Amino acid sequence: MATFQEFIQQNEDRDGVRFSWNVWPSSRLEATRMVVPVASLFTPLKERPDLPPIQYEPVLCSRATCRAVLNPLCQVDYRAKLWACNFCYQRNQFPPTYAGISEVNQPAELLPQFSTIEYVVQRGPQMPLNFLYVVDTCMEDEDLQALKESLQMSLSLLPPTALVGLITFGRMVQVHELGCEGISKSYVFRGTKDLNAKQLQEMLGLTKPAGQQAGRGPQTTQVPLSNRFLQPVHKIDMNLTDLLGELQRDPWPVPQGKRPLRSLGVALSIAVGLLECTFPNTGARIMTFIGGPATQGPGMVVGDELKTPIRSWHDIEKDNAKFVKKATKHYEALANRAAANGHIIDIYACALDQTGLLEMKCCTNHTGGYMVMADSFNTSLFKQTFQRVFTKDVQGAFKMAFAGTLEIKTSREIKISGAIGPCVSLNAKGPCVSENEIGTGGTCQWKICGLDPSTTLALYFEVVNQHNAPIPQGGRGAVQYVTQYQHSSGQRRIRVTTIARNWADAQSQIQSIAASFDQEASAILMARLAVYRAESEEGPDVLRWLDRQLIRLFMFHLRRSPFLQVFNNSPDESSYYRHQFMRQDLTQSLIMIQPILYAYSFNGPPEPVLLDSSSILPDRILLMDTFFQILIYHGETVSQWRKAGYQDMPEYENFRHLLQAPVDDAQEILHSRFPMPRYIDTEHGGSQARFLLSKVNPSQTHNNMYSWGQESGAPILTDDVSLQVFMDHLKKLAVSSAA
Amino acid sequence: MSQQGYVATPPYSQAQLGMGGHPGGFGGPPSQPVYGHYGGPPQPFPIPPGGTQHGILGIHKGPVSAPSAMPQPPASSHYGSSVQQNGSYTQGFPPPPAASSSFGQVPQSPYQNIAPQATPSTHQLTNQISNMQISGYGQGPMPTPQSPSRSAPQQPFHSAPPHLMAQTPTAPGPQSPSMGSPLPLGGPPPMGGMMPAPMGGPAFHQLQGQGTPQGYPQPPAAGPYGGQLAGPQPGFPGSFPGGAAQMAGPPQKKLDPDSIPSTTQVIEDDQAKRGGQIYATNLRGQIPPLVTSNFTVQDQGNASPRFMRCTTYTFPCTSDLAKQCQVPLGTVIKPFATIPKNETPLYVVNHGETGPIRCNRCKAYMCPFMQFIDGGRRFQCAFCSCINEVPVFYFQHLDHMGRRMDLYERPELSLGSYEFIATLDYCKNNKPPNPPAYIFMIDVSYTNIKSGLVKLLCEELKTLLEKLPREEGVESSAVRVGFVTYNKILHFYNVKSALAQPQMMVVSDVAEMFVPLQDGFLVNYQESRAVIHNLLDQIPDMFADTNESETVFAPIIQAGVEAFKAAECSGKLFIFHSSIPTAEAPGKLKNRDDRKLFNTEKEKTLFQPLKGVYEQLCKDCVAQGCCVDLFLFPSQYLDLATMGDVPTHTGGSVYKYSNFQAEVDGTHFLNDLRKDVEKPIGFDAIMRVRTSTGFRATDFFGAIHMNNTTDVEMAAVDCDNALTVEFKHDDTLNEETGAFIQCALLYTTVGGQRRLRVHNLSLNCSSQLSELYKSCETDTLINFFAKSAYRAMLNQPLKNIREILVNQTAHMLACYRKNCASPSAASQLILPDAMKVFPVYMNSLMKTPAMVGSPEISTDERVLQRLCVMAMGVEETQVLLYPCLIPLQNMDVSSSVLPGAVRCSEERLSDNGMFLLENGRLLFLWLGQACPSELIQSLFNVPSFAHLPEELNSLPELDNPQSKKVHAIISAISERRTNRMKLLIVKQKDRPEILFRQHLVEDKGLHGGASYMDFLCYVHREVRQLLT
Repeated sequence: MATFQEFIQQNEDRDGVRFSWNVWPSSRLEATRMVVPVASLFTPLKERPDLPPIQYEPVLCSRATCRAVLNPLCQVDYRAKLWACNFCYQRNQFPPTYAGISEVNQPAELLPQFSTIEYVVQRGPQMPLNFLYVVDTCMEDEDLQALKESLQMSLSLLPPTALVGLITFGRMVQVHELGCEGISKSYVFRGTKDLNAKQLQEMLGLTKPAGQQAGRGPQTTQVPLSNRFLQPVHKIDMNLTDLLGELQRDPWPVPQGKRPLRSLGVALSIAVGLLECTFPNTGARIMTFIGGPATQGPGMVVGDELKTPIRSWHDIEKDNAKFVKKATKHYEALANRAAANGHIIDIYACALDQTGLLEMKCCTNHTGGYMVMADSFNTSLFKQTFQRVFTKDVQGAFKMAFAGTLEIKTSREIKISGAIGPCVSLNAKGPCVSENEIGTGGTCQWKICGLDPSTTLALYFEVVNQHNAPIPQGGRGAVQYVTQYQHSSGQRRIRVTTIARNWADAQSQIQSIAASFDQEASAILMARLAVYRAESEEGPDVLRWLDRQLIRLFMFHLRRSPFLQVFNNSPDESSYYRHQFMRQDLTQSLIMIQPILYAYSFNGPPEPVLLDSSSILPDRILLMDTFFQILIYHGETVSQWRKAGYQDMPEYENFRHLLQAPVDDAQEILHSRFPMPRYIDTEHGGSQARFLLSKVNPSQTHNNMYSWGQESGAPILTDDVSLQVFMDHLKKLAVSSAA
Repeated sequence: MSQQGYVATPPYSQAQLGMGGHPGGFGGPPSQPVYGHYGGPPQPFPIPPGGTQHGILGIHKGPVSAPSAMPQPPASSHYGSSVQQNGSYTQGFPPPPAASSSFGQVPQSPYQNIAPQATPSTHQLTNQISNMQISGYGQGPMPTPQSPSRSAPQQPFHSAPPHLMAQTPTAPGPQSPSMGSPLPLGGPPPMGGMMPAPMGGPAFHQLQGQGTPQGYPQPPAAGPYGGQLAGPQPGFPGSFPGGAAQMAGPPQKKLDPDSIPSTTQVIEDDQAKRGGQIYATNLRGQIPPLVTSNFTVQDQGNASPRFMRCTTYTFPCTSDLAKQCQVPLGTVIKPFATIPKNETPLYVVNHGETGPIRCNRCKAYMCPFMQFIDGGRRFQCAFCSCINEVPVFYFQHLDHMGRRMDLYERPELSLGSYEFIATLDYCKNNKPPNPPAYIFMIDVSYTNIKSGLVKLLCEELKTLLEKLPREEGVESSAVRVGFVTYNKILHFYNVKSALAQPQMMVVSDVAEMFVPLQDGFLVNYQESRAVIHNLLDQIPDMFADTNESETVFAPIIQAGVEAFKAAECSGKLFIFHSSIPTAEAPGKLKNRDDRKLFNTEKEKTLFQPLKGVYEQLCKDCVAQGCCVDLFLFPSQYLDLATMGDVPTHTGGSVYKYSNFQAEVDGTHFLNDLRKDVEKPIGFDAIMRVRTSTGFRATDFFGAIHMNNTTDVEMAAVDCDNALTVEFKHDDTLNEETGAFIQCALLYTTVGGQRRLRVHNLSLNCSSQLSELYKSCETDTLINFFAKSAYRAMLNQPLKNIREILVNQTAHMLACYRKNCASPSAASQLILPDAMKVFPVYMNSLMKTPAMVGSPEISTDERVLQRLCVMAMGVEETQVLLYPCLIPLQNMDVSSSVLPGAVRCSEERLSDNGMFLLENGRLLFLWLGQACPSELIQSLFNVPSFAHLPEELNSLPELDNPQSKKVHAIISAISERRTNRMKLLIVKQKDRPEILFRQHLVEDKGLHGGASYMDFLCYVHREVRQLLT
């Protein structure tokens, strides 16, 4: 076998799995000593263009408590047509369709290269995709116009059979009936009164007459394929385009000194309710576009008086944010309802001020929806991001999947503690569930309503093997990830990934365990854990816990990152950053924690440089990628050159190339990333340079700049400790704690 | 009036004595016949037509022979005198000292003419008998005269009828000639010929005779002759007290319907005397012409009687006097009464920013009654006597009479009615009001779609909206319009002019109603015409295949209120509703109709609206100035009592079209709707009635809402809303100064202006009761009684109310008799001249469907009548209680005058006649079986009566003089009525004739209630009781 590095890479490419440890300590005691738990980052829909789905259903272990899927690790008796489950050791008969198997004629799922395999479920009807637009109308005309255009554009991107619906809201909530001739109809609801699904169903006239249901018999059990509010795109795209075109700003007058009344809470509730009663357990996206915070009704996050600003972290700490708890509760309830039905909630919040993402974060976080934050709908950030939601793969299918569930099966020595990521627990107890919860635990199944190829969950395991029960030599621990989801084609699919890792005795084989340590994965896994705790617990305690826990890890940037530090970030921003962090894959997550900095200069080809203030030099152009921002920084000299217009002179073409190079690189990133990052072009002394200055390691500050001399770098005006100081402390502490 | 009521009620048990003429009440023991007179099952005498008739005939028969057998000179002379009484008393016969000057009764010997009259009286008698036969369908029990001792004699009387049966056959004989006599009545002077003796001898005889048998308890067969003779005679001589119209009781059998005071005659006389003349309101306490008369008002300091009409124009000086006579002191105010074209519309006075000049203490507005003193620098309030400074800008010198020089330049100093422009102080939130809005709310449930209503209505609205009311002299109406359709959910429409097509907004959350849109709901019709038409075209189609049959009601009103609230305006809701609102929503109703409750203590609950939601809704509506007009199209009970609660508290109207079919009832409905939409109206009104010292307004009846005891709040007042105000004494009134009433109404015009309308009226005061009786206004009195009785229905059993009404009638008359009439025999019924026809109205009031609990009349129908009457003006109650019956067979085609009306009684009809009857709500065309074929041909275009189709729904417009004339008459009648009336064509002896007959108010009620004659006798009895 090649190096661990390659092994890890190969595993990631094939299965979308990265473990913190790739050789597992063989007992609970040893495992706990390792500090970093055995855990994995798992990307369920890792893009595998080379993996064609197979057109039959998986073979399951017959033990009721196991139900593991036949996989390459199973032992097979070709003559007796039996296979032994590698998780529970149950011996199973192959189904009749497998009568022809032999050593030379193996089904795909038994081939080692198919450790990840995708099945297409043949039973059941093709499910439609639902897209329910929930549109705020309390915004400036310019914004609304841009939003309308984006929405109209999106219609052309939807598959013709997809069902679309439209809910608009301002002071009232309007559910638009689609496909009406001659008159446009909508059902209007008060923005201050929450409705449960049953009430809503009645009010929208969606209850079927009782007699009909009884009379039709089995036919009625079929889900109706459309209703007045959700109709296939091909039928109503003209109608809906007109309808969107006619959308007006909320007409209710907004008195001086007031915010417009925005019934976001009720609008979302109605959207959830509508889908709940019409398309339960069918893939659906509720796409919410908001231009400001909810100001009335359940879920309101701020009153309508402009003189009271929206809550800040400071208010929250001081317990001065009176709406937070109630609103959070409201949105949590909605998120759970949506999740239970497999529906996704996306939030596109475009406003200069906060919009209440803090309260609403669970809507996206529980359902695997997108959270996008921008200043205005009339920005390319929003427009491109929104467009990118509808990206298609080579087969022309959306790069999104719906209503997924993830089930984990483990061998006996190891149990699942929990998951962190855009999922909710399905509360499925089983033999492989650990009592020790990490993240969303206590279950071996999770619902992931919205999945895309980069959606990544962190899964934490616990080694339960007792010290005195040694694992036989060469024994391997196995984990099976079974992901069921609705493909955007409407098919139901099951993707099964089965992996195995060697056990090693920590006392005798500590080196091999150490060598198998995946530093990057571990960093992200611990970071997720930290963020999870930061989200669910009170702030400072988490940092203390983290410091205690991770003292031996390199966590300087994480500590400084907006994922843990709320200083200088609004609650909404924190929520947004954390949201992204919790779902992105390893590479992206790493960028988020430690932004990448490239330097462009005449001295040589572009090179990555330290994220340090010393990297900021006058004759350099820096390109920083923080995931959320792409920043091009022109050093003092470069910017003066640029101002002087040298780049336009033919004899300074090389300067033009130099200026162009980071821009090209930035464009490349901008084009591939979702959500689209904020693109910043700034220079030495520019106000936006602050984004760079806040990220770099403050090796030079106003406190120490003179002692370091002035020839290089730029001082950062901060009281934050630099990496150097952090390291010094770390060393001291490490020694003292070892003592 | 239900006789059983009298019989069953202890206070009236005595009535039985006098009630010989009430055939219904006396069949059983007093306690028993509770339902008896309706001919219902529990009757001891279950209406075997033959038998009963015989019985009645028998009873009558006996006495019949009596007068005829006794040609008494005195009686006939009385007959003659009564001609004068009725026909010419108004023409200024020298007043006998005892009576008031205007009563031109010549104290003639009443006996002159009885001889010639003797035979006819027999005829009339038999005539009446036949009358009774016909009208007495349901009359079971026999009228059994009882002895005054009321103990033993009852038995013999029971046995009497069989005795008399023998004589029955003779009755029909004379009957035919007598049938002839009413016929001439059809001619223009109904009282002409031999009939004009309404007070005549026969009546005398009858009433007295009635009395007699009691006095002389003899077996009728044997005794009548002697007994009756003895009775009447002593009474006769004294029976003509000169001034007053009188009634005395001749033997019951001899009742001559022509002999009792005739409403038609009174109306005709007044029209003859005062019709076509100018009535100048310059005198205090001046009595206006009757409402039925055609006169022109010239405002010279007192409000026109069209605006204010009093029960009496002379108030008694003290409360003791008022209590003694029991004549209610009241006025009926119709603040927006339509002013005929030939009268001057109200002047609008603008005092600029200071606003109207008012008394500092009582806040009364400047009016002609204010006295300027101190050289014009100060004025004394006529109402509270407070002395106020005259504002500088208003100062004017006084002339030698102490009147201001500019008297005739200032409407508020010289006129009885005028308007002020109100300042911002008089506006809600000190902001000028927005113009009002009309919202059309159409029930689009299955019933209304199927009946064709929705289609009809939407089509009509397109033209109707062109005619929204507008401010005088303004090009287009400022009234904005909005549209809502609903069944169990509501659909609002955005019809903003900028839209290409209307937008529908559905609100299904009816629990907490709100208006889903702000902009585009209430729009200017002219601007949004295209979108509105588009919408109106679509509505019928959109719901064409609905099968929703449940409706809501309270939420739609709530929605209207909210809409007005949001638009900060007042306005009117036009609700077109089909059924009882059973859908789950606030104000959900259930069927609580229970005819078993009729005539029980609990009957009142049927009229009471349910409290709670609707009560609050009334308040909300009034606070916002939201008037509700309800058009109902029910096929069954819909708890009108509750549903009509809001309309009647907000100055709105209720219209009901049972089992509506667009083809049949469409025209009628559209006529009503057009009139309703176009009518002049004021919104968000608040009214205050101020009085001079000594008395004050204590009670208000009408379609109003009152939060306190003085301010009358009306969401809207239109030209037909009238409210009745009762006054009580605080103190003694001064004969010198008289009494002043000022009614000030603050409202918003259809153009959105805030104005004050002020009506002033001055009345006389007198310590003489005779003055009071002389200035009574019967039509207003009956309006007062109708409203108070209809309001009392909510709290008291009908039985009590009828008792009270009768008591009060008797009391008023007795008091008159005691204090004002010259001494006369107790056996005479003497009516004040001004109240001569009061009993017939009173009787009619007690026979109205609302007051008579008959299982044949639906609860909703009764409730509807109750609600309508509450808002009625004098004119309407008059014709409602005494319908106008016009004979057509002899109409003069060439003349433009309406044919004269005849008395509302069966006997005025004839087989070969054709009659038009209208009561302001319904219009009947009655066709006699022997109607001349030529007339049928020219009106219906069929050869004869027999060829007429089963269902006659309309009267074709044909090109011949007869047809044109009839149509002209109908439209002339409709023109002067509030409601558009539906024309019902009734053929004699056809089933629907029953409907028609209910309105012959002089006859015995079909569903119970005494005939005019019987009632009179009964009242007479009561009066006598009171006097002794």
